[in-house]
Amino acid sequence: MIKARVTVTLKNGVLDPQGKAIEHALGGLGFSGVDSVRQGKIFDVVLATSDRKEAEAEIKAMAAKLLANSVIEDFSVEVI
Amino acid sequence: MKAAVILLPGLNRDRDMIAALTTISGQAPLTIWQTETSIPDDVDLIVIPGGFSYGDYLRCGAIAARMPVMQAVREKAEKGTRVIGVCNGFQILLESGLLPGALMRNASLKFVCREVKLEVANANTVFTQGYAPGQIIRCPVAHHDGNYFTDAATLAEIEANDQVAFRYTPDTNPNGSVNNIAGIVNKAGNVLGLMPHPENLIEAAHGGTDGRALFEAALGLVEA
Repeated sequence: MIKARVTVTLKNGVLDPQGKAIEHALGGLGFSGVDSVRQGKIFDVVLATSDRKEAEAEIKAMAAKLLANSVIEDFSVEVI
Repeated sequence: MKAAVILLPGLNRDRDMIAALTTISGQAPLTIWQTETSIPDDVDLIVIPGGFSYGDYLRCGAIAARMPVMQAVREKAEKGTRVIGVCNGFQILLESGLLPGALMRNASLKFVCREVKLEVANANTVFTQGYAPGQIIRCPVAHHDGNYFTDAATLAEIEANDQVAFRYTPDTNPNGSVNNIAGIVNKAGNVLGLMPHPENLIEAAHGGTDGRALFEAALGLVEA
């Protein structure tokens, strides 16, 4: 079994209204040092293989095909 | 002209759409379930209605866009068949790559359900030829993720190609869409996606009939 973590974030320059709302809320809770907040998503995927290379290629294909929308999002893959 | 409505789990505006198409064309559209892999040859107009396909659990329209029926829609669209996606249907067309761009969470973060005003930005498409250029029409919206976005280069391209079919009037933009974009067509002009719901404004009992001309044109019932 190989576990991989895919992190999906909005591209730089894409407005993130949810991140902005969280940033504002943190300020309201008294955390004064927050410069900015960007919200993203994490997918933990477990593959039934022992081939790390194959697993990484497979996960990257999954991220590109479904997990991230390349118009607005970037992704990174980490095999754990 | 024969119409078909695509059905996916989680859509909830399919009945409105079927009723609108039936009223306007005089015949009930075919309904095509998401697992179908082909669409009959005699279908000239495919409509993807609104709702929350697959609960919008990943991103709006993302899972629906990868279902078998969408490959069939793509093949028909490439052959020139007319395709309309309304609301979630628009999100599905964007996620499937049939239209450029993406729809993000409304800038206000609020679900909006109200009437807006739309400017007919391009009255030369097969969908908008029943309207006058620049005509302002009323139309209801109901969505949480209607904030149209694309990178600057793509935006410049769709503006230059006259692919913007409808814009919100600046004072009624409900979601923060770039350039007030409410609906766009593909380069070939046979695929239309829009966030507002023209199918909910086609008879007097709805409080107006401003949406009717869109379906009349799409069904080939009016010519410019």
